[in-house]
Amino acid sequence: MSPLATSVIQSVDWAAIAPPAIAAVAALVVLVADLFLPEGRKQVLAWITAGGLVLAGLSLLPLLDGDRTTFCLVGSPRECSYVADHFTLVVQLLVLAGALVAALLSIHLMDRMPAGEFWFLLLSSAAGAALLPASRDLATLVIALEVTTLPSFALVGLRRGDRLSGEAALKFFLTSVAATAVTLLGVSFVYAATGTLHLSAVARGLDAVDPRLDTLAAAGAALTVVGFAFKLAVAPFHFWVPDTYTGAPLPVAGYLSVVGKAAGFSGLILVTVVAFEPYAYVWGPAVAVLAALTMTVGNVAALRQRPGQSRSAVRLLAWSSIGQAGYLLVPVAAAAYADPERQVGITLAYALMYGAVNLGAFGVAALVGRTASGNRLTDYRGLYARHPFAALAMAFFLLCLAGLPPGVIGLFAKVAVFSSAVDAGLGWLAAVMAVNVVIALVYYLRWTALLFIRAEAPAADAAAAGPTRTPAPLMAAIALTAVVGVALSGAPQLVLRFASSTLL
Amino acid sequence: MNDTVLQYVLAAVVVLPLLGAVGALLPPPPGLKGKDPDQALLRHGVTVTGLVFALTVVLAAGFDHGSPATMQATTDINWIPALGIHLHLGVDGISLPLLVLTALLTFLCALYSYFKMPAGPSPKAFVALLLVLESGTLATFAVLDLVLFFLAFETVLIPMYFLIARWGGENREKSALRFILYTLLGSVVMLLGLLLIGVKAGTFDMVALATDSGPAAALSHSTQLIAVLAIGIGLAVKAPMWPLHSWLPDAHTAAPTVGSVLLAGVLLKMGTYGIVRILLPIAPDGMRTFAPYLAAFAVVGIIYGSLACLALARSGAGGDLKRLIAYSSVGHMGFVLLGIATLTPTGVNGALFANIAHGLITGLLFFLVGALKDRYGTTDLDGLAGRTGAALYGRAPRMGGLLAFAAVASLGLPGLAGFWGEMLAMFGSFRPAAGLDRGAYLTFTAIAAFGTLLTAAYLLVVVRRVCMGDRETVTGGPELADVRGYEFAAWTPLAALTVLAGLWPAVLLGLTDPAVRSLLGGS
Repeated sequence: MSPLATSVIQSVDWAAIAPPAIAAVAALVVLVADLFLPEGRKQVLAWITAGGLVLAGLSLLPLLDGDRTTFCLVGSPRECSYVADHFTLVVQLLVLAGALVAALLSIHLMDRMPAGEFWFLLLSSAAGAALLPASRDLATLVIALEVTTLPSFALVGLRRGDRLSGEAALKFFLTSVAATAVTLLGVSFVYAATGTLHLSAVARGLDAVDPRLDTLAAAGAALTVVGFAFKLAVAPFHFWVPDTYTGAPLPVAGYLSVVGKAAGFSGLILVTVVAFEPYAYVWGPAVAVLAALTMTVGNVAALRQRPGQSRSAVRLLAWSSIGQAGYLLVPVAAAAYADPERQVGITLAYALMYGAVNLGAFGVAALVGRTASGNRLTDYRGLYARHPFAALAMAFFLLCLAGLPPGVIGLFAKVAVFSSAVDAGLGWLAAVMAVNVVIALVYYLRWTALLFIRAEAPAADAAAAGPTRTPAPLMAAIALTAVVGVALSGAPQLVLRFASSTLL
Repeated sequence: MNDTVLQYVLAAVVVLPLLGAVGALLPPPPGLKGKDPDQALLRHGVTVTGLVFALTVVLAAGFDHGSPATMQATTDINWIPALGIHLHLGVDGISLPLLVLTALLTFLCALYSYFKMPAGPSPKAFVALLLVLESGTLATFAVLDLVLFFLAFETVLIPMYFLIARWGGENREKSALRFILYTLLGSVVMLLGLLLIGVKAGTFDMVALATDSGPAAALSHSTQLIAVLAIGIGLAVKAPMWPLHSWLPDAHTAAPTVGSVLLAGVLLKMGTYGIVRILLPIAPDGMRTFAPYLAAFAVVGIIYGSLACLALARSGAGGDLKRLIAYSSVGHMGFVLLGIATLTPTGVNGALFANIAHGLITGLLFFLVGALKDRYGTTDLDGLAGRTGAALYGRAPRMGGLLAFAAVASLGLPGLAGFWGEMLAMFGSFRPAAGLDRGAYLTFTAIAAFGTLLTAAYLLVVVRRVCMGDRETVTGGPELADVRGYEFAAWTPLAALTVLAGLWPAVLLGLTDPAVRSLLGGS
């Protein structure tokens, strides 16, 4: 091989990029298969989707060593665009599993939505979200972020003949585009200041940036972070969330609250902890303030939800997910002060716990939404009498989110987050979080208590709806998340070990 | 008995109620269905709590009484290495009496509910919650890891919340929410303090932290101050210390009888136990700084609780008997806190003794008041007493006698359990640890002694208004049944132990004293 050829052509480690690639290929398969399947056989697409996601998840297994890289610079082999380290693998697991659960939750809705488009969009978005944690240059990062979000606009607006759905999609679209523009501007500033897009090279470049370009570099870093903050729905960029979640089909809302957030925070971690590491003294306090603001805004708004309002359950979950995003940011902020490896691990552990139980809560919400289309909090009254299993699962999920036993894993995830704040010397942030945990308990507990109160007039309601059989995939999704939650409660080490290992 | 067996016994004591709770939720096995499914469930509760109580008795029998200062029956499993959290269990002379008390009270409560299930939804959830509650309290007294202590501390919140909110009386939902929010706010602050200790000292292990030259010796004075303040607030809410007590009267008033018994009998002890077990040995410097303030708050609590009770006991005040006993708990726990604040072995021993005594006596009082409520349908003192008094002596002599017995035990009559703890606490306060301002403590002693007078005053007023009176004037009231068989079964052990602890205090002090001396170190 001639020297010229080696500098242009490089071998691709297909095994390493398999997780996002399989998801993307499955998306294409679904799109094509949709054309050839007769109307009655569309449910095959659902199984292709689920199969593709499972396969993509299994393709993580050969990568467990966590040392695979590909798309490296020819001149300097340490600068790679795609890295499958442990951080990547954990986030990919969260993303693919989250997408799978969201898919299971959606199957029963397919008579009201165009199946082919739905599954294609879901898989595309999941592929983007799986690519994102592996990206190690700013261009790939932005592209992956867009691949994640662009299909989700369509997913949000997919419900036929629903005005709310269209409005939600538009709101989501506009804010997201604005965020992307801001990110791109920031990236271009950073590129101008450092002359590179690779994250580790950016970090070195920022260390030795030309003093005249210092302002430009700092502004670029700030703008990039702001862009990711938008996606993660960090206050004050959170206002699109409640409307989007309530307008979207319920499984899509669940998907956005877990997978969308996973994409957002993994991107945020990569740019802050890896790329803008020299500016830790700037973004550290900023992220800490944002975390405090986000959790307070989310929890206070969730507290003020009126239970009788239409779709109040989803709205409450939306606000609570904002509050939870605030907790997720605490270790990221702490990473600026002490021991970034550990803090990143704590974020991941918290995200895994949150992903499992939040999707479970959305699953139960989807179950209730089948008989009570308003999905108000009051519709959960006496759920235990109608669906004992679903009610117990919901109580468990809510208590996990609140961080109280028997939701042991929720408690330990919160303990880990608290310890990271204490560790970093962010005592005030820990105190703010403590108050927030108490505020959050009020609405989680109110909801939990509602599940077990005897319904006032159950007969009329149930008789009108008639006996409805719970779809098996929906039940499977709830059971799966519940089992994961219970298993983690028994052995919290399964996720918390990330806090003591080297991930990035 | 060798240590391995005890080790399993202790683990079983903590785990068995949890398994029992799961079992209560499952459908009953075909052979054990019984006539009535509800009754079968309540029987399941009695069986499990009885078994747990038997195990704690075995534990107490197998416990090496020659060396109560060392941890026995210890299990140490690395549970979450990432956070350094161990499943570390063990008992010593301080925790053993509390374990037995908890198991006994829960068993008596289960027994009482078997015959007299509180009004509310199905007993299935009631039994499950009762068992989870028991597991949480037992775990609190048995764990030796700071984070695990927090976990156990939190475990009791949800069951207690539901017990009050679903089976309680008037205003139950509001009171239950208030209870859980107060306690949670306290305990998250406590978590911050625990984490601060863990992060600075590098371990969460209480035994390692409590050794004199252990990792805790590395804690700076300011760290200790912050830790004591944070952990102290969490435990003080639970204890409860004036002015953080305001959740307690409402919770007690709204709770069902067994809820009140367990709340007063064991849950409050978790707060004072935590102070003795965590703060005294791990942050002695911080404690020394805050001890006078703790003592001051404690005596204010004594006076405040007694005055509140006097106000409630007054004729025409419309006082609720349950609320009155709840306020009396504030006063009694004030003595416990005062004893701890002296930082002397005498005072701390007194505090631990008063802990147990209060659990026995107040548990009995709440049982009695609950029985009164069942009979009269109200616990309003004016409603009960009418113009001259309820004449319980005449109408239900055994019940009246027991109530009077519990009341004089509660006011600290020598020869009964209530006497020793408060006497020792005041004795400790008369001669506080070196480095504490003796003048201030003498003042506290004087105020606390005055508090005992007030306590005697309101309890005697209660006895006069409830037990005595003109029999003829209250004939309009309902026909009163005297103490029933199951009530005897539930109450006799408490009364007997009150007498036993009063006549033979050494049985308890012999256990706690060596352990307390070792916790307080050389001082």
